[in-house]
Formats: sequence, C-alpha cells, structure tokens
Amino acid sequence: MSIFINKDTRIITQGITGKTGQFHTEKCIEYANGKNCFVAGVNPKKAGEKIFDVPIFASVKEAKAQTGATVSVIYVPPAGAADAIWEACEADLDLAICITEGIPVRDMLVVRDKMKAKEAAGGKKTLLLGPNCPGLITPDEVKIGIMPGHIHRKGRIGVVSRSGTLTYEAVAQLTEIGLGQSSAVGIGGDPINGLKHIDVMKAFNDDPDTDAVIMIGEIGGPDPDEAEAAQWCKANMKKPIVGFIAGVTAPAGKRMGHAGALISGGADTADAKLAIMEECGFTVTRNPSEMAKLLKGLLK
Amino acid sequence: MKIHEYQGKEILKKFGVTVPRGIPCFSVDEAVKAAETLGGKVWVVKAQIHAGGRGKGGGVKVAKSLDEVKSYAGQILGMQLVTHQTGPAGQKVRRLLVEEGADIKKEYYVAALTDRASQKVAMMASSEGGMDIEEVAHKTPEKIIKVFVDPAAGLTDAQAKELADGIGVPAASQAQAIDTFKKLYTCYMETDASLAEINPMILEGNGNIKALDAKFNFDSNALYRHPEIVAYRDLDEEDADEIEASKYDLAYISLDGNIGCLVNGAGLAMATMDTIKLFGAEPANFLDVGGGATTEKVTEAFKIMLKNPKVKGILVNIFGGIMKCDTIATGVVTAARETHSVPLVVRMKGTNEDLGKKILAESGLPIISADSMAEAATKIVAAVK
Repeated sequence: MSIFINKDTRIITQGITGKTGQFHTEKCIEYANGKNCFVAGVNPKKAGEKIFDVPIFASVKEAKAQTGATVSVIYVPPAGAADAIWEACEADLDLAICITEGIPVRDMLVVRDKMKAKEAAGGKKTLLLGPNCPGLITPDEVKIGIMPGHIHRKGRIGVVSRSGTLTYEAVAQLTEIGLGQSSAVGIGGDPINGLKHIDVMKAFNDDPDTDAVIMIGEIGGPDPDEAEAAQWCKANMKKPIVGFIAGVTAPAGKRMGHAGALISGGADTADAKLAIMEECGFTVTRNPSEMAKLLKGLLK
Repeated sequence: MKIHEYQGKEILKKFGVTVPRGIPCFSVDEAVKAAETLGGKVWVVKAQIHAGGRGKGGGVKVAKSLDEVKSYAGQILGMQLVTHQTGPAGQKVRRLLVEEGADIKKEYYVAALTDRASQKVAMMASSEGGMDIEEVAHKTPEKIIKVFVDPAAGLTDAQAKELADGIGVPAASQAQAIDTFKKLYTCYMETDASLAEINPMILEGNGNIKALDAKFNFDSNALYRHPEIVAYRDLDEEDADEIEASKYDLAYISLDGNIGCLVNGAGLAMATMDTIKLFGAEPANFLDVGGGATTEKVTEAFKIMLKNPKVKGILVNIFGGIMKCDTIATGVVTAARETHSVPLVVRMKGTNEDLGKKILAESGLPIISADSMAEAATKIVAAVK
C-alpha cells in the first residue's frame, strides 16, 4: 500500500488554468496512472472547457459530484489560496494539498480555525497538506504536486520533510542505492499548516508496506512539531527512523523573530531538535548526504 | 518587515491605543522646535533605529530644558548606536522621536504574536515591563501570562481581564488596560502583523494606561494589501545586499565564511551550508533562489554573492521541482561569463537535469560538476584551499 494516496485516488486540480497549475498538471498526468487519476479542474470562468483532456468545473463541489474525486491539489495564487482550501473543505473532500507559497499567515489562521470548528461541530474532517509544500507521491502509482517524478522508485521506505528540495534529496539518495519509496510527503515550511510530522509518522507506522522512514526537520519555531513526532515515535513507532535537521550553521536570530521563541521555551535550534530525536531512538545524522546509506544499515 | 517606534505609535493611535504626544525629527533644529510645539517641562529624546535595547546603548535621554533637548539631539543624531541587537558595528541614527515626558508609576509588558503550535494568536503580558522579555522568560517564566485567541471570537473580555489580573493592574485602571489589550489584538490582526509589542505599557500617576514604546513586525506575505505599511519601510535600516536581493525575490543573508552558496529551497540551502561546515569550511551566505528562478535572477544572485570580498568559491546546489535545471544552468553560464571568476562547483538534479548538465558542459567554462552534496562540498572546499 502507501499512505494517503494510491493509483485509485481521483483528484481535482484547483488553479489548473494558471501557469504553474498547467505546467505541473501536465507532468502529473504523464506520471504513472496520472491520466486516470486527474479527473477534474476548477475555474468558475472556464467551466465546460477542457485542458489536457481534463474537464473544468465551476466549483469543487460540482467537480466532486460529477467525478467522484476525493482529493484536491491547489495551485491558486496566494491571495485566493486560503479560500480555495476552504472550498475543498466545504465540499467534504478527504484531503486537500496546497502547493501555493506566500499565503498571508492571517488567512491561514482563519481557515484553520474554520476547519477545526467544522470538525468540532461534527462535520467531515478534510485533511490539509501544506501550504507551501511540494505535495506527495506514491511512486509508480500517482504523483500529486511539483516533485520531479523520475527520481522516485517504488519500494518500502517512507520519507517526510518540511522542505521540498530536501525531500527530493532524500528520495534521490534512496533510489540511487536501490531502495524505493512507499510514499514521500512534503508537509511544507509555513508557520500555520495542516498535517504535521507526527500525523505522517502515524500513517507510515500503520502502513504495512512501509518498513522504515526518513524524517527531515528544520530549525525554527516556535513549533514543537519535530519534538512531538519524536516523542510519539518513542512510545509507538515499530519501524526504524533516520532523522536529520537542517540548519546547524544557520545564524541565531535571523529567521526567528524576537518574542517568537518565547512560547515553546526555545527548543528550536538544530542541535536541540537532533538531541530530542536521538533520545527518542532515531538514528540521526549531521551529514545530509548519508541519510539513505544510514537507513540501509538499519534494515534487517 | 520592521518599522520605527514612531511609526508603530502612529498605527497604535489609529487603533485607539493611548500613546504619548510626540514628533519625529530629522535634525537638531527640528528636535528643538518639536519640544517647543509639545510644550511642558520634560521631554524624551529617542533614537529611532529598528533594533531594540536603545536605552542601554545611550539612545534614549530625558531632557529637562530646551538646551538639553538640543544637546541630546546633537549627541544622538548621527551616532553609531550599539545595542545587543545591532551587532558590534552598531546602527547609525538618522531619525529621532521627541516626546512629552511621562509620569511612570509602573511598567508592564504586552505583545501579540502568532503561535504555531495552537494555530492561534497568543497575547502575552507581564508585570515585568521595560526589561528584556527574553530574560524575564528565562529567569521568571511564571511572570509571563499568556492567552490564546480564537480568530472567530477575537480577544474576549474574560481573556483580557485574565491578562490584566495576571499582571496586577490596579482595579481603577483595569478597564483601560482591558481596552488597550483588545485594541492591540485588533491592530495585530488588521495590519497582518507577525509581532506587535508594547514594552513598556505604563500606568501613570493619574491611573492612565499608555503605550510608551511600540515594536512591530509584519508578515511579508501580506504586504500586498497594506500599501500604508509598505510606505513606512526605511531602507537605511536594512542590509544593502539583502535589499538588492529582495528586489529580485531572492532570500539572502550574509555570513562570515568564504564559500558562496546558491541553492533552491530554504531547507536544502541550510543543509548545503551544514555540509560545507561538515567538510571543514564556512558558508559565506544563505541564498535561496526560490521556486521561480529566471536567468536574470540567477545572474543577480551571482553578482550579490561576489560583491562579498571574502567569497573564494561558489557552490551551486539545485534540485529541480518547480525550477528547471536548464533555466539554472543558463543563468549560471551567463553569470559566470559576466562576473569575475572564482572556482565554481555545480550540482544539479531533478527536472530537466540532463539538459542543464549539457548547457554547463558545452559552455566551455571551467565549471566543476558534482553528483552529491558531499562531493560538491569536498570539491569546493579543496578548490578554495
């Protein structure tokens, strides 16, 4: 299997007619079973038209009703992206993947709050991946997002990272030494986002076709994301994990605002995060070029 | 984006928070005139730079006569003000704020900021105002009160009262304090701030609550809908190279090492810097060319890196997703031809990788190529030694 998506997933593309949306939709359709998976696009002004043979609908709700799609991918520009996430949520999709970079933080605060209120009121929970993320891929089945498909290979290793390009780095290393991936997930680097490391680690733990995981974090915060995932893994994870945190050399204070570091109590340096991961049983490295090699050594 | 204290106070005033009367000044004459206009017997002359800790560095003086205003304004304007946030070189003072004096009975701290973990806005307050809040958090964390605000409801009366009670505002001034907290929250949300801090917020002898300082930081993703805040930008307060980089939508931070790095993606850029250090050298900068790089952007990135005289070699590390390797390769070749040469190691993978490698190979330039990050770091470290 895989996590979240597979060859039978049916997908709506929000922002399919924009430049970025078009470029990547074409690549996603070309990848593995993409032609069957990408079944609808959304643009209220172009409803009834087709692009790459994919029908365009006026709304997510209509696209879902007509095609049975359960997942959407969002390339809508920043000013409208939070509304696009909410539209996917109101249509009761299972998963919305937001690629868009540069969404105002306030817009994300408001939409996350609305999503949580909907769930609390008994409404369907729509998972959100991102924003500002590369998306996710289940190799040889389906690719949803902007990652280069050709570096992936089907297999049994999970990859999760905040950073897009670092996810590709880990995947390419695995493929090079003959280890394929079950799924690779980029959770995105924005301060207010959907799925966290812990959510993805839980999914990998439950996936019978994932044997081991590479988890990649970054400095910064305040966000207990990596630490929370590490603590959960210590108690529950049945599979070996290689961990890396980018930013050992990053200068203090440049990325983190003044009062910002206060809330978490300041455990947001790379060294502190690496120490927690190591304490929780991860095999950690300071050399990002040896993530795959280390993981290979952990496999029985 | 950061702004000056006097600009922050203009914003607070617009949202109904009480601030002292004050006038921004650019010369000694203007400062004296400002004091005359304000009237009274006591004035505060405050250096306007973006860094905090101005008082300790000698950038804030209380004047008890117009002669003193003149003399302090003369001392402060043009000085290199060194604080714990400016670095040892300090920051040149080009603007002053002259304010009426305040009758300070008690100093508090209050701030609004976004909390990633709860995905809410956190309002923090403390009885220990006027001090470095990080020190308070470290030594006496129990003296910081926090409430987390649901954006649909806003800061409730109960939450605002919890803050006022928690920091010990006397009963007679509670209503004013609660009002100030609620206005600060509204201001934070409506201006798309990422930090709005009043330190100190004071209790005056007559029981009034006032914002004696104002520190703001704004979400750069939201500036497109706030032209009035963009107008507050002061380029003199920013690093010249970082400004140049931002014109081309490049994220650049200069560092102390001698190896320039050009990378796509913040995470990979940091990992590249980490690898350079691991192999025995230090990075000269952080530079993320972002997702949509053009040939022009890459050329500008090279120029900015090479302006730094310490740069003895450059490592380009690109993993193509949105970005296509051939675009980067064309940019690298153009830039390498235009700019003076230092050893250059290029590692690229991903979308259109073969096309990119072909462009580099056919350029006739002495570009060293590498397959892995470790190999790239080893080669550039060897090349600069």
